[in-house]
Amino acid sequence: MSTTTHPVLSPVKDAATAARLGRGRKRADRVARLLSLAATGIGLIFLVSILVTLFVKGFGAMNLSVFTEITRPPGSNGGLLNAIIGSLIQVALATMIGTPIGMLVGTFLAEYARGSAFGNVVRFVSDILLSAPSILIGLFVYQLLVLPFGGFSGWAGVAALSIIIVPIVVRTTEDMLNLIPNTLREAVFGLGSPKWKMIVLVCWRSATSGIITGILLGIARIAGETAPLLFTSLGNNAWSTNLSQPMPSLPITIYSYAGSPFQDWIELAWAGALLITLAVLLLNILARSLLRRGT
Amino acid sequence: MSPPSDSAMQDSAAAIPSSSFGGMQARSAAALNETARVAIRNLDFYYGANRALKGINLDLPERQVTGMIGPSGCGKSTLLRVLNRMYSLYPGQRATGEVILDGRNIIDDDMDVNELRAKIGMVFQKPTPFPMTIHENIAFGVRLHEKLSRAQMDERVEWALTRAAIWGEVKDRLNTNAMGLSGGQQQRLCIARTIAVRPEVILFDEPTSALDPISTLKIEELIDELKQDFTIAIVTHNMQQAARCADQVAFFYLGELIEVAPAAQLFTAPQQPRTQEYITGRFG
Ligand SMILES: Nc1ncnc2c1ncn2[C@@H]1O[C@H](COP(=O)(O)OP(=O)(O)OP(=O)(O)O)[C@@H](O)[C@H]1O
Ligand SMILES: [Mg+2]
Repeated sequence: MSTTTHPVLSPVKDAATAARLGRGRKRADRVARLLSLAATGIGLIFLVSILVTLFVKGFGAMNLSVFTEITRPPGSNGGLLNAIIGSLIQVALATMIGTPIGMLVGTFLAEYARGSAFGNVVRFVSDILLSAPSILIGLFVYQLLVLPFGGFSGWAGVAALSIIIVPIVVRTTEDMLNLIPNTLREAVFGLGSPKWKMIVLVCWRSATSGIITGILLGIARIAGETAPLLFTSLGNNAWSTNLSQPMPSLPITIYSYAGSPFQDWIELAWAGALLITLAVLLLNILARSLLRRGT
Repeated sequence: MSPPSDSAMQDSAAAIPSSSFGGMQARSAAALNETARVAIRNLDFYYGANRALKGINLDLPERQVTGMIGPSGCGKSTLLRVLNRMYSLYPGQRATGEVILDGRNIIDDDMDVNELRAKIGMVFQKPTPFPMTIHENIAFGVRLHEKLSRAQMDERVEWALTRAAIWGEVKDRLNTNAMGLSGGQQQRLCIARTIAVRPEVILFDEPTSALDPISTLKIEELIDELKQDFTIAIVTHNMQQAARCADQVAFFYLGELIEVAPAAQLFTAPQQPRTQEYITGRFG
């Protein structure tokens, strides 16, 4: 058998080679660091310029009548009150409908269907819904609720937003329940508890902050959705809280105002965009602080 | 305060004379001159096709501590998980044979497991406080089986915490979250939670392996106290602990019960060569 050592495996013996290799590694490190810094910089520049534009134009257009007046024809000093209220109603109802469904499905996946074929199918469908383009969901609800019932309505908008929030809540609920160690479940069973009490009284309580975080992020997501509302609640320039009629919302109003040729409408669109951004920002901060407190 | 469990214990003593069973285990149990609270007969246990317990025959004498020792993987935890039917949670795990408690074979399919777990409580290796207040932790198990008034519940909580030697440390913070307790306190809380249900038998699976020496000592003293009211089985890797706590000690090896004897006898004059090898540290 040969006794020569393998060239790759042998340790570098002479100092000059070691120094050369060291310099090479340092150079590679510098290049990598520069490239990632540059990429971060470019990303930040875009983000900051979007935010700066939004804040400057948004705050410039902000005044009391945004909150006290409803949408009016151009030049007549309108506001966004009906759109704000319409958005609040639709988002709140969608959250109230979508959250329990999502929590129950997520609980089913984590507590009853772990590893089962049916559970895997449900999880797969839910994950597809999670990443489906929201306009598809709008079209689906259009076929299901708008065409057969003879017109656009707030309920159709609520349905579309519910469908979007459900998979988000399913995902976080399942993930949070999966984080609970089985030893805790066995301890509950060990006292003679039926399964449903274990889930409701212990598992849900353990996962509360995580699940609420998921719900908040879900609300943040649907609050800004425009596409699924285009074919469902459509929008309404009048004051309307009747869910069987077309219903105004902030994203739709921004969408139609921003593309209009009228200066006051465009300004209102900026004000509305700023409102949504601030709301989403607030929800995210809330979600983060909750999650930090929970862990 | 008198332990509310006393009367329940006396009515329900299962009279299974241990002398009616042949073999070594019966001899040792007869030597202790006690009735068996739990009688295990020809117990086999399977994880799928893997046979983890082989023909176990063992009595847990009433109001005594049975220590279970043996090298890792010999089936000690498996045996405890049979006794409170924890294995039934997992498809593919099954037991055959008899485990008699109050005249019933508890591994029968028609046994109500929740009722059984009220009678046979378990304390786990890692403390498992529930994410709720200290008071709610104790009340949780009680509420599953009994309807008590508020005052009765408060009394039960105090009784259980006192029995678990933690009342003094928590009496001023009953309504704070139990997750804020130290590891040793959490484990005593879990013991209190188990005894609050007033079981007849308590199983401990390495209850002190995650604790510091002082907490360990407290829990050992506690186990000594608890055996006045409860029948106890404790799994431990610590031979001194077994010698200190247990009245009788069972030595397991590769899923078999090799030897069971009064603690003093097993540690000083083991009858089986493998017991001898294990307690003198030659393997395991
Ligand atoms: N969930 C399981 N599935 C399959 N086999 C298992 C499972 N749990 C335990 N076993 C096997 O059963 C045997 C007994 O395990 P058990 O946990 O009862 O040992 P133990 O005596 O408690 O060991 P330790 O002292 O390490 O806790 C081991 O061979 C183990 O690999
Ligand atoms: Mg074990």
